[in-house]
Amino acid sequence: MTDKLIWAFLVGGSLCAIAQVLIDRTSITPARIMVIYVVTGAALTFFGIYENVVKLAGAGATVPIIGFGYSVAKGTIKAVTEKGAIGILTGGLTQTSAGICAAILFAYIVALIRNPRSK
Amino acid sequence: MQKKLGRQTVKFESPTKIIGAFSSVGTKEAQGPLGEYFDKRFSDDKMNQSSFEKAESELLKTTVLGAISKAQLRFDDIDYIFSGDLLNQCISTTFAIKDFGIPFFGIFGACSTMCEGLSLGSMAIDGGFAKNVIAVTSSHFCSAERQFRFPLEYGGARTPTAQWTVTGSGAVILSGKGDGPSVTHITTGKIVDMGIKDANNMGAAMAPAAADVIKTHLLETDRSPSYYDLIVTGDLGKVGMDINKELLKKHSIDIANNYSDCGDMIFDADKQNTKSGGSGCGCCGSVFCGYFMKQLKEKKLNRILLVATGALMSTTSSGQGLTIPGIAHAVAIENTGG
Amino acid sequence: MAFKMTNKDYDKLVKKASPNSKLLLDTSLAFVTGGSICVIGQLLLNLYLKLNIDKETASNLTSVSMIFIGAFLTALNVYGDIARFGGAGTLVPITGFANSVVSSAMEFKSEGFIMGLGTKIFIIAGPVVVYAVISGVVCGILKYIMLIFGG
Repeated sequence: MTDKLIWAFLVGGSLCAIAQVLIDRTSITPARIMVIYVVTGAALTFFGIYENVVKLAGAGATVPIIGFGYSVAKGTIKAVTEKGAIGILTGGLTQTSAGICAAILFAYIVALIRNPRSK
Repeated sequence: MQKKLGRQTVKFESPTKIIGAFSSVGTKEAQGPLGEYFDKRFSDDKMNQSSFEKAESELLKTTVLGAISKAQLRFDDIDYIFSGDLLNQCISTTFAIKDFGIPFFGIFGACSTMCEGLSLGSMAIDGGFAKNVIAVTSSHFCSAERQFRFPLEYGGARTPTAQWTVTGSGAVILSGKGDGPSVTHITTGKIVDMGIKDANNMGAAMAPAAADVIKTHLLETDRSPSYYDLIVTGDLGKVGMDINKELLKKHSIDIANNYSDCGDMIFDADKQNTKSGGSGCGCCGSVFCGYFMKQLKEKKLNRILLVATGALMSTTSSGQGLTIPGIAHAVAIENTGG
Repeated sequence: MAFKMTNKDYDKLVKKASPNSKLLLDTSLAFVTGGSICVIGQLLLNLYLKLNIDKETASNLTSVSMIFIGAFLTALNVYGDIARFGGAGTLVPITGFANSVVSSAMEFKSEGFIMGLGTKIFIIAGPVVVYAVISGVVCGILKYIMLIFGG
């Protein structure tokens, strides 16, 4: 159990540190970095690499946004294997729907009751 | 009667007087190093309005009313109002002044608007077209963030060259007669674009325009930098200031000893986490009307060259990967005695 | 050309005058902040698994919980303050995704709940969702082709 926590810290921390280096030392905007992460996550999942990272680091691999790409790719591949071609369209968002729905729902509720503040 | 000196500079026959000035700022500016100099310090950046755009209008409105009452005039006494801001179609201005019934010229010069207004206003007076005019501008951190950057609560990263939009507004009343410092010369800037694309480095985008207009002003008025007690740029920030000095040095113009920047002065960059400094129309506007006007009135400074700087881009042009053209206008303000 | 200087030379001058970010400090802060957020995620996952919740549901619950934390801190107007210090450490985790959605919703409701909030809620997170979906579809097509030819 503690092993998992340490690996989660190291892997999750490293993924964030790499993004920070890209922000500080290149002209790639944060929005592009997030997109690169998501696409990379999907690609690594397709080639069967990211599943091993998830096994090792648990939330350290799934909580960073790269894990979103992982979930979409994993869901799609699973759906295609089980249901054929229709899985190409149903798999990705089915796998990630909890996160996306939660984000929209919480955002809506927060917007009803809270206002942005001057900094 | 030729009033122009060279290509860009106008010398006024009978200098226009600044008979009243007023500045309003938000909370962060009030807590900054110049806090005590501002005439109105809002304790809430929403100014009791329901949106930040309305808040900015309220800020500008307060400033206009403050300036008019300081000069002891009424709406009817003002021939023209020259005003502009950063929001699309200058809505801060229009909604602030729509009920005043003053003939209105809407101007846009991004953050150079204060000097653009001062220039046009002085020309209107010197040309005999007006007795009193008001030049005003504003910016608001929150409305600018909404339009140009991200939602306020978004945890985006700021680079060290980034600037902080000032929540502030400044207004001056210009008049053909009365007491106050005089606008003696104006030098209208040309657009200068040296290919900078980084919207987080506005200082670098605007510095060449500032250096260009300062160089031209000194050349056309046959003055040396030391003629002025202070040369003040609008919102180049720390990074832009260094570049400006460097560029002028290449032309053997040394301003290192009498140079300040409103954006550098308004915040304590380390304590207030404002990175390179303040920016926005209201930066030069509030610092000039709040701080420098008082320095001029108390004769602590007698000759200043105010150079407001602007970055002429929009979110659309940035999105399409275009460069950021810069502009700067210089206005010489002097205590001419009498 | 105002300064007998090419844009390239000017760019060099600008680079010299512009301070660089404090890479080591920024990166360390991002590492610690991001790592800690992931540890919280792992602790939650462990907890859900301990409660005998199946793996898939536990993983979904973890995502939802992290999104709730991000949304909650944004609602309290503090996520931005943490981000100032955590940099990419608060941007990359799913809490940052939540922050981008919630902050946009709060910001643009001033233009109405339909045309403001409704259209702009994904103004920052949109690219991530779009490219995740597209990469998923590409993976699906490739997998489908492999299945056909793999027999």
